[in-house]
Amino acid sequence: MADFLYVIPALPLLGFLVNGLLGKFLGKGFVSFCGPGVVGLAFIVSVLSFLEMLGAPHQSLTQGLFPWIQAGEFSVRIGLTVDRLSGLYILIVTGVGFLIHLYSVGYMHEEDGYYRFFAYLNLFIFFMLLLVLGSSLLLLFVGWEGVGLCSYLLIGYYYDRPAAASAAKKAFVVNRIGDFGFILATLVLFGVFGTLEIVPIVSQAAAKLTAGGSLVTLITLLLFLGATGKSAQIPLYVWLPDAMEGPTPVSALIHAATMVTAGLYLLARLSALFVLAPVTLTVVAAIGAATAIFAATIGLAQNDIKRVLAYSTVSQLGYMFLAMGVGAFGAGIFHVTTHAAFKALLFLGSGSVIHALHHEQDMRKMGGLFKHMPVTGVTFIVGALALSGFPLVTAGFYSKDEILWQAFSSPAGGNPVLWAVGAVTAVLTAFYMFRQVGLTFFGKSRVDPHVQPHESPWTMTLPLALLGVLSVAGGWIGIPHVLGGPLHLPNVIEGYFEGFFPAMPAAEAARQTAGLEVALMAVVSVCALIAMGMAYRLFSARLETAEALGKAFGPVRALLAGKYFIDELYDWIVVKPIYWISRTVLWRFVDTWVIDGTVNLVGNSARWLGGALRLTQNGIIESYAIGILIGAVAIVWYLVF
Amino acid sequence: MIPVAHILTLSAVLFTLGVAGVVIRRNAIIVFMCVELMLNAVKLAFVGFAYGMQSMTGVVVVFFVFVVAAAEAVVGLAIMLQMFRNRATLNLDEINLLKW
Repeated sequence: MADFLYVIPALPLLGFLVNGLLGKFLGKGFVSFCGPGVVGLAFIVSVLSFLEMLGAPHQSLTQGLFPWIQAGEFSVRIGLTVDRLSGLYILIVTGVGFLIHLYSVGYMHEEDGYYRFFAYLNLFIFFMLLLVLGSSLLLLFVGWEGVGLCSYLLIGYYYDRPAAASAAKKAFVVNRIGDFGFILATLVLFGVFGTLEIVPIVSQAAAKLTAGGSLVTLITLLLFLGATGKSAQIPLYVWLPDAMEGPTPVSALIHAATMVTAGLYLLARLSALFVLAPVTLTVVAAIGAATAIFAATIGLAQNDIKRVLAYSTVSQLGYMFLAMGVGAFGAGIFHVTTHAAFKALLFLGSGSVIHALHHEQDMRKMGGLFKHMPVTGVTFIVGALALSGFPLVTAGFYSKDEILWQAFSSPAGGNPVLWAVGAVTAVLTAFYMFRQVGLTFFGKSRVDPHVQPHESPWTMTLPLALLGVLSVAGGWIGIPHVLGGPLHLPNVIEGYFEGFFPAMPAAEAARQTAGLEVALMAVVSVCALIAMGMAYRLFSARLETAEALGKAFGPVRALLAGKYFIDELYDWIVVKPIYWISRTVLWRFVDTWVIDGTVNLVGNSARWLGGALRLTQNGIIESYAIGILIGAVAIVWYLVF
Repeated sequence: MIPVAHILTLSAVLFTLGVAGVVIRRNAIIVFMCVELMLNAVKLAFVGFAYGMQSMTGVVVVFFVFVVAAAEAVVGLAIMLQMFRNRATLNLDEINLLKW
C-alpha cells in the first residue's frame, strides 16, 4: 500500500473537482452519492495503510511523489508519510469525516447550493489529509492554509447572512495572525536545518539546537502561536464561537473533530523541538489550562445550543494543550481521538435538534424533546456523558483522566495547580453539558407550538449511533494500568505511542503511586457526577430555581453571558485603531498622496512629453518638406565631407 | 568648352529655386511648375555629367525623365482641373478636407 498513499488525499480532491464543476448539472442524487463516497473510499484506503504501517519497519510508510520546488540549495519534494501519529489522524479525518458527510446528506437536503457544500467539504478533507500526511513542513503548511480556506468558505456558506459572512472573515483574519507565527518558525527552522523535511528536523533537533536555548524557545513559541490560532486558544480563540454560523455538520467536522486539532498535531509532530524548550512547554501548559477553565465558565451561561458546544470545544482543546505542555503528547493525542468522536456526536446531535425545530438554536425554546426524537436524545446523552467523563464506561473518562493524572504527576512540569484547574474544568464541563441536556431534551416543552418536532432520517441517525458507539468504546484503548492491571486489560494507546514521542528529561523523581492516582480519579469523578445530577435536576424540572439562582448571581452571569467581553475588548484595542489608521493615515495620506500621486505623476509626465512632441506633427506639408530637405542636405553633407 | 562645374552650379541654383517655390508658394499650378523646375535641374545635371565624361548614358536617362515628366504632367494637370471645378480655387491651404 505504500505506493498508493497518494490515493488517500487524491480521492477527496477528485470528489471536490467532480462535485464542484459538475455537481450543478448532475443533480442532488449524484452529489449525495459522490460526496460521501470518495471519503468512504479514502477511509478504506486509510485503514489498509494504517494496518500496513503497523507492520512496517519503524512503523512508518513514506511515498515520495515528485520534486516540487528546486532552487539552488533549496529543494522541497511532495512526499506523504504515514506513521503512528499521522496514521491515527487519517483514521479520524476520513472516518469521522465520512460519517459527517453521510449526515450532511440528510441535514443539508433542503439547502440551496447542495453541491457547493459537498465540494467544499471534500476539499476540506483533501487539505486536512495533506496537512497530516505531508512529509515536509511546507506541504504541511499548504494543508494548514487550505483547511483555513475551507473553514472560511464553509463558515460563510450562508453568505447572504451578514453574521455568517463576518464570522467567516473573522475566522480567516484571526487565523492569519497565527499563521504568521508558523511562517516565521518555518523560516527559522530552514535557516537552522537547511531543510524543511520533518524527519531530518526531528532527528537532528537535539544535535543542532541547545536544549533550553533561546533559539529553540523562539521557534517553539512561534509554532505555538500558529497552534493557538488554528486550535483556538487564548488569545486567538475568539473566532471559534463565531464560526458556529456555519452549517452544523461543518461545526462538527472542522470546528470540533479535525481542523482545530491541527495545532495539536503540529505540536506532537515537532515534539522533539518542544521538549528542548522547557519555557515553551510551561507557556503551553499555562495557556492550555487557562483556556480550559476560561472557556468552560463561558459555556455555563450560553443559551445557543451550538455556542455551548463551541466553548466546550475551546475548553477541551485547552485540555489537550495542557497535556502537551506537561510533555504528555500521547495523552493529548488520545484526547484528540476520543474528543473527535464525542464532540462530533454532540454537534451532530444538536444539528439533528436544530433540523427538527426548523433552525431554532435557542435552548430556552426547546425542552421535552426526548420523547419526540429518542435516537438523537440517547446518542446526545451518550456524548454528553463521554464529554463529562462518566466514570469507567465512556471514552472521555479515560482520556481526560489520563491528562489530569499527567498534569498532576508528569516529571516535566506537572503540579497540583494544573491538576486543580483541570479538575475544576472537568466539573464545570459536567455541569454545562447536563444543563444543556436538561434544557434541550427534558422538562416541559417550550417549543414553538407551530413546530412539530420529528426524528431525523436514517442518514442522520446512523452516524449518530456509530459515533455513540465510538464515544464509549474509543476509550477502552487507553485504560490506565491502575484500573486495567488487575483485570489484565492492556493500555493500547500507551503501547501504540511507545518510543514515538521523546521521553521527557526527568526533572524530579516520578511521584506516581497507584493509590494517589485512583484517589484523584475518584474525587474528580464524584464531583463531576454530582455536577451532572445537579445540573440535570435544575434545568429539566426546576427551571424556576435555576432562574432564581441565576438572578442571585446577576453580575457574574452577565459577565459570563457576555463572554467576559473579550470581543468588545479586542474591538477597542485592535479593530478600532486599525480602522482609524486605515482611514486617516493609509487612506487620506498614503493612498491619496503617495499612491495616487505616483500614478498621476507617471500619467502627467507622459502627457507633457506628448504635448511637446505634438508640435512637430502640425499637418503643414511645407514644414515636412523642409524637414526632408534638411535631412537630405545633412546626409549629403555627411557623405561628401 | 564650358567647365562642368558651371553646369552643375546652374543645376544646383535651379534646383534650389524649385525647392523654394514648392515650400513657399500656395498656388497649385506654381508648385507644380516648381516641381518641373526641379526635374529640369536634375536633367541638366545629367546632361552636364554626360558632357563632362563624354558618355551617352546621362543623355539617355534624360529622355526617360522626359517621358515620366510628361506622364506626371498629364495626371497632375487633370487633378488640378477637377479640383478647380469642384472648389473654384487652387490655393493649397484651402484644400484640406483630408487633413485632421
